[in-house]
Amino acid sequence: MGCGTSVATEKQGETLEQAMKAAVLIQRWYRRYMARLEMRRRYTWNIFQSIEYAGEQDQLQLSSFFTFMLDNFTQLNGNGPDLISQLLDPVVDPWLDRETCYNLIHVPESYTGPRLSFPLSVADTNALLSAFKDQQTLHARYVLQLLYETKKLLKQMPNIVHLSTSYYKEITICGDLHGRLDDLLLIFYKNGLPSAETPYVFNGDFVDRGKKSVEVVILLFAFLLLYPDYMHLNRGNHEDHIMNLRYGFTKEVMQKYKTHGREILQLFQDVFSLLPIATVIDGKILIVHGGISDQTDLDFLSSIERHKVKSALRFPRCSLEHLDISQSCRQTKRTRSTDSSRPSSSRSQNKNQRTPNTRKKRCRLSRQDSAASTSSSSSSSSSSSSLCSPRTPSCLSPHAFPSSPCMPYSVNVLQVPFLDSLSSIPLPSPSQHEQEWKQIVDILWSDPKIQDGCSPNTFRGGGCYFGPDVTQRLLLQHGLQLLIRSHECKQEGYEFCHNGKVITIFSASNYYEEGSNRGAYVKLGRELVPRFYQYQVSRTTRKLTLTQRVRAAEGSALRALKEKLFAHRSELMVGFQQYDQNNTGRVSVCEWALVLESVLRLDLPWRTLRPHLARLAPDGSLEYQSCFEDMGPGIPLPQVTPNLAETLFRYRTDIEIIFNIIDKDHSGLISIEEFRQTWRLFSAHLGVAIDDSAIDDLARSIDFNKDGSIDFTEFLEAFRVVHKLDSKDQQLHEKMDGEKRTG
Amino acid sequence: MAENSKSAEATVLNTKILKKLKGAFQAFDTKSDNTVDIKEIGTIFYSLGFFPTQADLQKFTSEVEDERSGYIHWDRFLPAMTKVLLEDKFPPIADELLLQAFEVLDIEKRGYLKPEELTNYMTKEGEPFTQEEMDEMLTAFTDEEKKHIYYKDVIPHLTLERKM
Repeated sequence: MGCGTSVATEKQGETLEQAMKAAVLIQRWYRRYMARLEMRRRYTWNIFQSIEYAGEQDQLQLSSFFTFMLDNFTQLNGNGPDLISQLLDPVVDPWLDRETCYNLIHVPESYTGPRLSFPLSVADTNALLSAFKDQQTLHARYVLQLLYETKKLLKQMPNIVHLSTSYYKEITICGDLHGRLDDLLLIFYKNGLPSAETPYVFNGDFVDRGKKSVEVVILLFAFLLLYPDYMHLNRGNHEDHIMNLRYGFTKEVMQKYKTHGREILQLFQDVFSLLPIATVIDGKILIVHGGISDQTDLDFLSSIERHKVKSALRFPRCSLEHLDISQSCRQTKRTRSTDSSRPSSSRSQNKNQRTPNTRKKRCRLSRQDSAASTSSSSSSSSSSSSLCSPRTPSCLSPHAFPSSPCMPYSVNVLQVPFLDSLSSIPLPSPSQHEQEWKQIVDILWSDPKIQDGCSPNTFRGGGCYFGPDVTQRLLLQHGLQLLIRSHECKQEGYEFCHNGKVITIFSASNYYEEGSNRGAYVKLGRELVPRFYQYQVSRTTRKLTLTQRVRAAEGSALRALKEKLFAHRSELMVGFQQYDQNNTGRVSVCEWALVLESVLRLDLPWRTLRPHLARLAPDGSLEYQSCFEDMGPGIPLPQVTPNLAETLFRYRTDIEIIFNIIDKDHSGLISIEEFRQTWRLFSAHLGVAIDDSAIDDLARSIDFNKDGSIDFTEFLEAFRVVHKLDSKDQQLHEKMDGEKRTG
Repeated sequence: MAENSKSAEATVLNTKILKKLKGAFQAFDTKSDNTVDIKEIGTIFYSLGFFPTQADLQKFTSEVEDERSGYIHWDRFLPAMTKVLLEDKFPPIADELLLQAFEVLDIEKRGYLKPEELTNYMTKEGEPFTQEEMDEMLTAFTDEEKKHIYYKDVIPHLTLERKM
């Protein structure tokens, strides 16, 4: 409208320009903010990974502790340590192989869950799927029957299963599930249930860590029984009863199946060891759970008896037979196995004949008493494994022992008790059994690395790091073109390495924390070109923004890290004090980082994390005591020596497991006597000098009700061992679950 | 005089900053071979406190990229970054300007923006957001009840600095 227009336009122009500038500004700020968030996410990821791998290294000490416990455990409450011995040193229980084992179990009318009928039909697997979606539990009778049938089926399978795409359209390969039922259901939903058109390979680690391991593995086995030609399972390093003790599967089974848990676990142990260890597609694609080593020999692997390797953490018997000592041993062993129905009596028979300290001394390869011959026998495999155990008890430092479960070849001569004297036996070259063990452990535990070569996997404590040259050699040797493996969590659910010759596929989304990573599966058609499908289970992620997810993940990663610091307090303090001769309480940031690196051996950006972990003095130096503050809420501690508190803290997972085993009726309570004994054993094994009276005082002070029993959850909490935050998280998840269902 | 102090300052800066640069670089060096994906360059810049525009990033990347491999090697990254630092190429933006920016967009001076309005600006003006970026921003900053973006509350989130 006349001159008004030009003015308006000019003003408009100005406004537009301003708006554009404003927009750019906001965008830049926002992108910067998101980038910083991404950085934090990375660091958080690093923390989780490092701690996870470091944690796996601790496996060895739990395993050798159980061995130790077996040998020295005195009877508690008249019940022998049968769960432990059953778990570690199973007597072949013929009862479990007979059909009547599950037929005798009565399923009450009131049970509304699936009632399976064998051979399984699609109706059964559908019933299982809907039951598990509705949070129902399968009755123990059916679990046992399912496992028994699975065992029968697996016995017929070879170690390496060969598949051909000419029969199928496309094969789907999935990685670690770790008890995440939601991920499995999501895969089935997106990709289809296992069938002739949709064959699957599940590449190990079905159990542990997640809360629904039982459901996951039941579904997998059910489909295996239903379609043995279209469903293929590889063994993972968590299909291992000792790993299960630590990482949650054992606990989950015992909680869900209070009466029959032990039998179920026993069968799982057998079934796990019978799982095939590798799958080959079209003679071109090798699928294993972990990886390979420079010693991997597929032909040798095809020939061995895979079920003999029950656990990577039970070192193969330096068999006394092999050392040609044990006529008497064999005899006692035979007595034991036939007398299977009364394991405790044969144990006590052996016990009478040996002095309590014998085993302990043998572990340290020193002089023996004369009652040696029979002492060499009982709990046969456990004793030989302690012979071979690289772990020496007297170390709090986490790295006093060789980090891979390998044979102690450095000991050239073994002093072994034989009748009244000691015999010197030259250590035999690796026996057949040891070689078999190593080959399988390599397959289940190895990780690829960037540099050429093959070195022991120090992070995990088992298997190797294998380089591109090792991959190349193996692939060439067997005419293969690709290696598909799992075992490592990847942010995108999958990753290529070794010039595209190796694929890592990981199927548990949100593995470390809500929003931490995607899960993925890979499909291969006849042309054998891999296609990836990603997903992320989002029960709560949809409600959380990236910011909230990163904050949550970061919070929990930092907490875990702080716990690590606290658990290694004395060693760290020693380290710090070396740089602080004048006792100022301060060191430089560099020195602080150096100490952390060398004690904790976690490959993390310490300087960047410093603001979360320690305080600076005004002059820029670091007050190292501040690392140990702020461990979260807790009941004030009873007076204990710092040593004890720290030990408790560091081994809390192990302690929790042990308590759970002792607490047979899952009441959450153990008797004072049981507590005392466990403590004495544990500290003796660790070589921590803890006064008997200190333990007694501790026990008495923990018995809050003065009724002679200890609620060990309270006990653990009292030492800030279990974070109260864990229960808060639980409530949060439950709340969100509720919201999800109603909302 | 000024010359001398500037170069002295530069050397001092370099040791501390060098560590920072190395740290930031290594966080994205996932293959442990001293290279990072070019896509991460923006993140690295931001994490170090810089405010490049997308155009700035493009330019920087094209100068240091390893022959269109998609990767940048530390050996080329470091001198280029040093130059950026010394020339103060991407100076930080003051917090106050951010508030003003929002106020410019909030024509009616209500104290908030509606999601549609913000979307319009962010995806059409300046260096437009992708749909993903927009979704994330909206999810993070929209008030649940009123469904508005109260930018005065948002700004502290965006500007919150953690001393690295």
